[in-house]
Amino acid sequence: MSTFEIVAREDYSPVTFMLEVRHPMLAKAAKPGQFVIVMDSEHGERIPLTIADFDRERGTITLVIQAVGKTTMEMQQVCKVGTSLYAVVGPMGVPSPLGHAKKVLCVGGGLGVAPTYPQARALQEGGAYVIGVIGFRNKDLIFWDDKFRSCCDEVIVCTDDGSAGIKGTVADGIRVAIERHPDIDECIAIGPPIMMKGCAEATRPHKIKTMVSLNPLMVDGTGMCGGCRVKVGGTIKFACVDGPDFDGHEVDFDDLMARLKRFTAEERVARERFDENCRMMKLADAATPDTGADSELY
Amino acid sequence: MAAKKKTIRTIPQERTPMREQDPQERARNFSEVACGYLVEDALREADRCLQCADEPCVRGCPVGIDIPGFIQKIAEKHYHGAYDILTDTNLLPSICGRVCPQENQCEGVCTVGDTLEPVAIGRLERFVGDMAIQEGWANVPYMEPSGYRVGIVGAGPAGMACAADMAKAGCEVIVYEAFHQPGGVLKYGIPDFRLPNEVIDAEIDKLRRLGIKFECNTLVGRLFTLEQMVTEMGFHAVFVGTGAGYPSFMGIPGETLNGVLSANELLTRCNLMHARDYPNFDTPLKPGKHVAVIGAGNTAMDALRVSLRLGAESVHCVYRRSRKEAPARAEEIHHAEQEGVDFNWLSSPIEILGDDTKTVRALRCVRMELGEPDESGRRRPVAVPGSEFELETDMVVYAIGTNANPILGQTSKLNLNKRGYIAADENLATSIAGVYAGGDIVTGAATVIEAMGAGRKAARAMKAYLGLRDTDTIFEPQAAGTRFGIPSDQHGFARVHLA
Repeated sequence: MSTFEIVAREDYSPVTFMLEVRHPMLAKAAKPGQFVIVMDSEHGERIPLTIADFDRERGTITLVIQAVGKTTMEMQQVCKVGTSLYAVVGPMGVPSPLGHAKKVLCVGGGLGVAPTYPQARALQEGGAYVIGVIGFRNKDLIFWDDKFRSCCDEVIVCTDDGSAGIKGTVADGIRVAIERHPDIDECIAIGPPIMMKGCAEATRPHKIKTMVSLNPLMVDGTGMCGGCRVKVGGTIKFACVDGPDFDGHEVDFDDLMARLKRFTAEERVARERFDENCRMMKLADAATPDTGADSELY
Repeated sequence: MAAKKKTIRTIPQERTPMREQDPQERARNFSEVACGYLVEDALREADRCLQCADEPCVRGCPVGIDIPGFIQKIAEKHYHGAYDILTDTNLLPSICGRVCPQENQCEGVCTVGDTLEPVAIGRLERFVGDMAIQEGWANVPYMEPSGYRVGIVGAGPAGMACAADMAKAGCEVIVYEAFHQPGGVLKYGIPDFRLPNEVIDAEIDKLRRLGIKFECNTLVGRLFTLEQMVTEMGFHAVFVGTGAGYPSFMGIPGETLNGVLSANELLTRCNLMHARDYPNFDTPLKPGKHVAVIGAGNTAMDALRVSLRLGAESVHCVYRRSRKEAPARAEEIHHAEQEGVDFNWLSSPIEILGDDTKTVRALRCVRMELGEPDESGRRRPVAVPGSEFELETDMVVYAIGTNANPILGQTSKLNLNKRGYIAADENLATSIAGVYAGGDIVTGAATVIEAMGAGRKAARAMKAYLGLRDTDTIFEPQAAGTRFGIPSDQHGFARVHLA
């Protein structure tokens, strides 16, 4: 079994970074749309992360992470090449059903660009005409546009401030794409809930089937806790074992967004505590004279 | 030993009490409620066993422990001998002594219990098991390598019991667990004040000493399939003991409000993930101040008592039938009452009400009365019109049972029954050759000891399948509780007529 060693890391922006983790069995089993649950330390929490890529020859999986909470901020600091994660389990969730669609929109917003990529690649390998729509807040946050260009027949880049590509959200990008290609028969959209909701609304008038990947809070990821309950078409589903992919036109996004706020207060406290710890560590470091190699003698 | 013959009149009449933490104090800490027997307690209680000839307790035990045998050894102060007898059939006495529903099993049919309170078999079992942990006893029998590889899916009680038997038969055993620690429901579900983590870890260490390997962080079905296990991974037999674990909800309005969760989630966050030590551990919980738990089984009692210990001001149990029908062990309900749980018998939730932040504000219930018996034999609760009431609460916990976990059904060709559980024959063989299944994933939610019994039963079938000689004695409960053709309600018969 794997020791979950980090073999590569790349930072895409001050908050976004990529980890490549060695786990040959997981790389062999992973399919587009699935996720893993990661613990960074023995005292850590279990956080779900979508598998952004997998390389069966190298025996690795790729995770793209945004440092927004205590755990991910800690990972940003401590996860260096050569270190290991405490636990990685997966692949979890039902793989995305890659049907026989001939012309597909693959929409990724922000961090969601990463997990959309293996789907776009798989669709293209399956012979579909793939239109990539990727959106970021500004041009400095753009990543993986090159990867998208390598597997998409067309790529539309959107930025909120217009610093690259078209000015607007991915929903605007979708409208542009639909205007160009009225025969699009499926859309896959991954990103923050508010963005996926926008995408579902953009495709709804055109009756284009839209699959979204949901990211509720979860603990075990195996169907045991039920923390990841989502409302889809009026019934309750567990995102971890019934999803994470669902029909975007059926999902109750407002319910999902309210549930994501469940631990907002706790998250803020944890983040503040973490910042304070980091500050104290820096002060302590500064107060200790640098003895260099000599320190090993003591 | 020329001991004087004991009779019901000569034994200590009162059951030896076990020291417990004071209810007021313990309701605010996670230390164990019941402190266990001291040596003198155990000797006194062992003296209450009549050593009767027909041994109804052995029939009452799902794994058929030689109960009079180990109690006799305690009475002889030969504690290691008692441990040897226990571990012949049950490798995990410290766990079973704590969590078995003895009143429905061994103690429920105890001969002494016909006249007096039954012998406290569970407490004696725990006494021996805990002494073994303290003294570092471990029985590693001589095991001749059989050359067979056995895979176990799920490191809970069923898997642990099956693994132990297969290892003793000389097989190379690997246990796969999806969580980052082995133990299954013992770890994530049963709280520390009933079953301390150190006890579980000690018992798992004993299994490791039998050569059993535990591979955590492994989600069988998704990382590799059952079919792959028996083909390319070279397992000669596989046992599936993944548990039921897909919590049920009622489908009433308001179930996705924040503050509504399953007992599994509450207990997993609190026990396995240590949310009670937040923020020293990263997993948050946000404990409720006024907690309502729906259901009255053992899991509900755990959720209620955990909520108290997390600092809740009021904790309400909401159950649609009466106390008599409550499925929890009598001792658990008693403990919960002592600690200050408010029981709302004959109350059924109809709606969860939220505030404008989509957080729970109250649980709306209706009073029930008991009508005609239903198919389970229990009287069916019927709503009393106009009796609706609201419980002010900021956390609603569902403990109304679980459904089958769908992962193995989704990823293998296993035949499932119509409720989604794995279909297994009387030997616990599934529809895939070499793959056996037992415990909650076959029967639906049950008890730890029943799961362990299923694990051992499957082990015996697996040994037969692999052509291994079965050296373990496993008690097979006979139809309708008969033995030598004597019905269980005449269990004094053998003593009277054969002695």
